[in-house]
Amino acid sequence: MTPVRPTAEIAGPTGRRISGRMWWLVALLVAVVAAPFVLSSYHIFQATQIVVYAIAVLGFNLLTGFSGQISLGNGAFYAIGAYVAAVLMTHANLPYWATPPIAGAVCFGVGFLFGRSATRLEGLYLALATFGLAIALPQILKLDAIEHWTGGSQGVVLSKPASPLGGLLDDDRWLYFFCLAVAAVLFTVAWNVMRGRTGRAMIALRDHAIAAGTMGIHVPSYKARVFGVSAMYTGVAGALSALVAGFVAPDSFTFLVSIAFLIGGVVGGVASIFGALFGAAFIELVPDLTKQVSELWPSWHWLADVQWPAYGVLLIITMMVMPGGLAGLVYSVQLRLAARARGAQPPHSPRS
Amino acid sequence: MSKRNWFIVPTAPRLAALTGVCLILAAGCEKKKADGEGGAKPAATAADKGAGDAAMPGVTATEIKIGQTMPYSGPASSYSVIGKTEAAYFKWLNDKGGVNGRKINLISLDDGYSPPKAVEQIHKLVENEGVAFTFNTLGTPSNTAIQKYLNDKKVPQLFVATGADKWGDPEHFPWTMGWQPSYRTEAQIYAKYIMKEKPAAKMCVLYQNDDFGKDYVKGLQEGFGDQYDKVVIKTASYEASDPTIDSQVVTLQGAGCDTLLAAPIPKFGAQTIRKVADLGWKPLFFMSNVSVSLTAVLKPAGLDKSTGIITGSYLKDPSDPSMANDPGMKEYLAWAKQNMPSDVDATDLNAVYGYGAAMSLVQVLTACGNDLSRANVMKQAASLSHVKVPVLIEGIDISTGATDFRPIQQMQLRRFNGTNFETFGEVMAGS
Repeated sequence: MTPVRPTAEIAGPTGRRISGRMWWLVALLVAVVAAPFVLSSYHIFQATQIVVYAIAVLGFNLLTGFSGQISLGNGAFYAIGAYVAAVLMTHANLPYWATPPIAGAVCFGVGFLFGRSATRLEGLYLALATFGLAIALPQILKLDAIEHWTGGSQGVVLSKPASPLGGLLDDDRWLYFFCLAVAAVLFTVAWNVMRGRTGRAMIALRDHAIAAGTMGIHVPSYKARVFGVSAMYTGVAGALSALVAGFVAPDSFTFLVSIAFLIGGVVGGVASIFGALFGAAFIELVPDLTKQVSELWPSWHWLADVQWPAYGVLLIITMMVMPGGLAGLVYSVQLRLAARARGAQPPHSPRS
Repeated sequence: MSKRNWFIVPTAPRLAALTGVCLILAAGCEKKKADGEGGAKPAATAADKGAGDAAMPGVTATEIKIGQTMPYSGPASSYSVIGKTEAAYFKWLNDKGGVNGRKINLISLDDGYSPPKAVEQIHKLVENEGVAFTFNTLGTPSNTAIQKYLNDKKVPQLFVATGADKWGDPEHFPWTMGWQPSYRTEAQIYAKYIMKEKPAAKMCVLYQNDDFGKDYVKGLQEGFGDQYDKVVIKTASYEASDPTIDSQVVTLQGAGCDTLLAAPIPKFGAQTIRKVADLGWKPLFFMSNVSVSLTAVLKPAGLDKSTGIITGSYLKDPSDPSMANDPGMKEYLAWAKQNMPSDVDATDLNAVYGYGAAMSLVQVLTACGNDLSRANVMKQAASLSHVKVPVLIEGIDISTGATDFRPIQQMQLRRFNGTNFETFGEVMAGS
């Protein structure tokens, strides 16, 4: 019998695995809550950035990993989210905490409408159409007609959210926990959606759209909705990114942002929810890490020149060694350990 | 089917291929980056990291630690020559003993010309590396993004490498200071020249529709004052995304102008020169000094078609033959021969720029003496009086004051003679 292809997050039938996962979650929770109290303020800034990227990468994963529609345009929704937050804060004097939901709603609308038409395209054609969006948006933001709000190419400078618990948490830590709370809500929602009917419908769309259609799934409407939800996640992340950076400008949202999400999604594990965390950490930390490593031996000048090629090679190796991304690797290790504990053969022993 | 494949969605191979293609694309955009040999090495060992007393962060008995971000990757990476030259200059200076016995440790980080990345890197420099101040960080968007943070933290944002006009604002941003003349100052100088030499000019302006281009229009308005509406009879703008500026040039010619100021980026600079020549239009032709590179603008447009173009300049140009015997230029070239990293072309004006900016900083640090507190660095930077830098054109010097945060405010005009630019006239200041 060919097993149905589940996703990792759909827990297996044995209680053992679920409890194992619970421990893992508790450990993660303790780590993320304790982190800002042991890290320096720059590392808190980086951690906040990772949380924000994780939301955006999750948005990418929902669309590309789970429902199989390749998007290279999520950077555009990230930009729209950031600008919605910036404009609301400077022109409507809205408090910062009110901006992520509104940015999410706006991006859902834009994403849904764009998805409605764009998802008629398939695979690489869709990728190209969304890529067009990512390339066009920075120019659109500079348009004269909306310059009053967007600040043209000068962008908009925002003030940093102040901590309401001044004595207990400083501003950096407060912002970290704010982003973390938003991320926790969005990850929980994604987790639940993927375990339910909607999630299975999305996976069915990805695996076989025609079969999904005959099963009663309204394909175009589902695709557009998933597109909207993905845009919403990315938009919320964009709004948070504006708060973190304290500045938005067209130059902040080049097409490289979309590519960063693609890299984060693929490296973390594109059909995985918690893989988004790994992916986010990868795109935030690894480019700098390769630079630092390349500078460890100052007498080897040429190492500094291969920083970006090293990053590229690392990516290629990652893809070849663990095509399921980091989440896939973690999962297969988990499976093997569980099998060993049962005294059975590993489910798929390495080439031996 | 093996469970091993659970995570491999059907799109995975395609995605992997796509990622590869995108990376190649991105690499193509990045051209050459990385710091090269002379690149600033964050040579901090565990011992000196974060050291320094509370009153003078980033300063020890033997070292001054400073930071900057530069676009070593991304669309503006050709500017990173500035950072490489500065690192090479400080290395050379440190080998000679540094400033007042302290070595300058420049930590130069890549921001890829992305404002959020610049914010992140500046956090790293200030909070993790504990730099005394930032120096010559490049790019208007990046500097705008970090200005508020640095001013809130009272960390000097010294000699920023951008031509925008907003850096000389000590009232609101007392910790930020520019270095080069702004685009507005440049346009004011053109206006001054026109009022003197051709008061009856009928002038047209072609500019890029962003802050860079609009600064030229503002500068002309300030330069001409109430005469502006009389002199400037037509303006036209283009978008950086436009394919050509042909129709704008035709419109301007049709308006009957005999004087033209063009403020485009290099690609459109070449197009403008070519179109003006093809139309047989022979205006008194001013070109923004952003777009007068021999290799990037004038040669593609045609050297014969470029003859007669006037621009303003504040740096000595190594490719100008009249500079062959200039003592300042000789000093620079001799230094470059010994010390310039192999991947930097010493005749690149960006290299000259980095050399000049680094020398200006050394003047400030020398004046600080032993008090290298952030407040005193800012105070000394705002107390420069007619400081000479060998690569600035003779007669141009650096002066600042408590309310004057614009170090260089003079330029000299240069005219293209078919092979190179020749300086003419007096050194002029903006209005």
